[in-house]
This record gives sequence, C-alpha cells and structure tokens, in this order.
Amino acid sequence: MTARRYTREQMAARVADDIAEGMSVNLGIGLPTLVANFLPRDREVLLHSENGILGMGPAPAPGEEDPELINAGKQAVTLLPGGCFFHHGDSFAMMRGGHLDICVLGAFQVSSTGDLANWHTGAPDAIPAVGGAMDLAIGARHVYVMMEHTTKGGESKIVERCTYPLTGVRCVQRIYTDLAVIDVAPQGLTVVEMIDGLSFEELVRLTAAPLQRAQG
Amino acid sequence: MGPEEPVIDKVVASLEAAVASICDGATLMIGGFGTAGMPVELIAALVAQGARALTIVSNNAGNGDTGVAALLKARRVRKIICSFPRQADSYVFDGLYRAKEIELELVPQGNLAARIQAAGAGFGAFYTPTGYGTQLAEGKETRQIAGRDYVLEYPIHADVALVKAHKADRWGNLIYRKTARNFGPIMATAARCTIAQVSEVVELGELDAEAVVTPGLFVHRVVRVASDIRASGVRT
Repeated sequence: MTARRYTREQMAARVADDIAEGMSVNLGIGLPTLVANFLPRDREVLLHSENGILGMGPAPAPGEEDPELINAGKQAVTLLPGGCFFHHGDSFAMMRGGHLDICVLGAFQVSSTGDLANWHTGAPDAIPAVGGAMDLAIGARHVYVMMEHTTKGGESKIVERCTYPLTGVRCVQRIYTDLAVIDVAPQGLTVVEMIDGLSFEELVRLTAAPLQRAQG
Repeated sequence: MGPEEPVIDKVVASLEAAVASICDGATLMIGGFGTAGMPVELIAALVAQGARALTIVSNNAGNGDTGVAALLKARRVRKIICSFPRQADSYVFDGLYRAKEIELELVPQGNLAARIQAAGAGFGAFYTPTGYGTQLAEGKETRQIAGRDYVLEYPIHADVALVKAHKADRWGNLIYRKTARNFGPIMATAARCTIAQVSEVVELGELDAEAVVTPGLFVHRVVRVASDIRASGVRT
C-alpha cells in the first residue's frame, strides 16, 4: 500500500469535522476521547459524560484537579459555563431515550450490518467489564465507530459477522478508520471517503466484508 | 420529648451508629463512580462493624484498598452486582474473582441505573433496548415493541444504601457535589434504609428547596464526616 494511514490525530480531526454546532455528543473512552481536541473553540458542542455531565470542558490546569469532577475514564475534567450535573438515571435516559445526537465509540469489530463488538474479547481468563458501552451503542441518534481499520496483526476489524461478543445489534451507522469513512447502509457497507493514495481495490483487500462505492 | 428536641432528626452522632444495624447477608447499594462519590468512611465503619455475606450493588468493584475494595479485602462480600469491575487498580476484586471467591453479576451501566430506579419507583419490571442480542441478555425474556427489540429486566432492591452527599439537613434532604452525585440519588430511593455521609449538616431551610436533589423522605440516617478526615486519609 502506497497510501499513508491516518494517525490517531487525523482520525480524530476527521470525526470532529462531522460534529456540527449545537450537537450533543458522547465521546467514548480511548481513541474517541481525542476528538474533543479537534472541535474548534468557536463551535458550541455539548459534551456528555456518562457519570453525569453535560457541557464538559477540557482537562484542568495542573494543580486544579478536583477528584469529584471526572469523566467516564475517571480523568479530571472541567465544567463549561452553562454545563450541569445530574444523576445516573438522567444520564442514561439521555442515551437510551435518544436525546444525544452523536456517540463516538471505539471497537474491536464492526459487522456488515452494523453490529458492534467493543466490550469483551471473550477470552476465558478475561474479567468482563461492560460499563456504559451497551447503552451508548443503542442510545444516540447517530452511533459512530472510530477505530484502526486492521488489528496490529493485520486482520480486518470490519467483518461480515463479529466473532467477539456483541455490544449491540445493528447499531452502528458510520465507521471512521485510518483508511476510510464507511457508512453502514441498507444495501451494505458503503465507502464514503478514502485517504489519499489508497485505491478502492486496496481497501477491499484490507477489509473482510463486502464494500461498495458511494454513488455520485 | 421536650420542645427543644426536633421531632424529625435523622442525624446520627457517629459512623459506628450509622452502620450499626446492618445485618449479615444484607444487600447493600454503594454510591460512587470510581472514587468520586464513594462513601469511604461509611464503608470503613462497616468493615469494623463486621457484617458479612453481603451482596454489593455498585458501579465498580473497588479501587485500591479503600471503599468497596476494603469490604472485599475483608472477605465480607458474597456477590457483587456492577457494570465495570475491571479497572487499573481493582486488584482486590481481580484476585477474588480469579479464585472464584466472589460471585459477579455484570449489568450494563444504564440497566443498572434503571433497575435501581425501577425498585425505587415501584415498578415490577421494564423493557430496555440495552443489551438486546448480547451475552448479557442471554436467557432473558425479550419482546418487540413498535418494531424495536427489548429485554425484560427486573428491579434491584436493597436493604441498605450507603451514599456520599455534600450537605444535608436533619430531615435528610441532600445536595451533592459535582460528579460525586452519580448513583447516590437513585440508590437512595431503592433501599429500605438509606445512610448518607455528608460534609456538612445545615439548618432546616438553608438548602435551596428548588435545588434539593434527594428529598429527605428517601434518607433515614445522616452522618457528618469532616472533609479533612478524607483529605488526610486517616480515620480514628
């Protein structure tokens, strides 16, 4: 492959491009958290944190951390003017009730039909932990996945059928990888964009599920 | 009772008095998301009190050696119902789980919250879309409603809830602080006896009635824990 894969930062910047003024957004733990760094300061976006924040701000200055003001990853954060706190019932009602515009999640695998696997490798010695992953997967109006296209071993993370335990069924609408932006459409996985220098044929070769080009 | 003595006074004098009646085999809800909102001092008093064979309902399974982890380390917990046991510093739980010395019921976080709320609100069960088609819904009743698939989930009731709030009055009205609120307000509704540790007890009328988060009806005991105790990490 001649194309240069997107860095994590480039992926985050690409996702940030699709988050419009006025949207309420939950950024999952890990890679999706980076997206916040690429939202322009003058774009008013309400960040939701599952532990009870809407209007979450960036990390505090060193020494200003408050152990009672943390995000879902249990890192110190701040509250923007206008932001508010609420209990877990309300926080998950925001998800389950479809009140959030966008949720961006990391993933182990996404299937052709938008099934998501991101909580458990299924390894027998693993201690399972699910947190809010299943609620986020079914909750937002738009569920986006952001992940490397392939594993470190080169295996496609986009698959016809997930082999890892599922987080949600038919829940993902769009996949952002370091190679492409792919919509989960009724007619199948549809490539919306590819990184510079990558051919459709190369993308197909690196993807373990059928792809089609977007029309027009 | 003389005229000077308040008729309703939920404030108890000590942590020991607050947890004295917790029985062996009790189901306990414990507030907190990680360490934010974890009623560490109440839990330490419970460890000293000695109740065992407990079932714990909490988002996590303890961090380091304090809070829920202290209860686990003292071998007082038979079963834990939580959403996210595995954390960077959950070594006490990890060891017990691998040794098969603790039972785990893993519940998606929103279902955990909803099951707690259902108990508090008196529902018999509810249908949730969360978890449908996953391992965590295996064996559960499902139903399609208006074209969407749902899983039947049941409430979680508790004998006791231990929560950490910021301020209380003697009627038990509570306000919380920042993200330490998390599970506190919903757990307070779901337990027969809710015990709140607070940083400050104020006079009736001092809490803004428009901003009370947990109405005192849901709270049975209040104990003040000086914030400097927490900061120093020392309990006497």
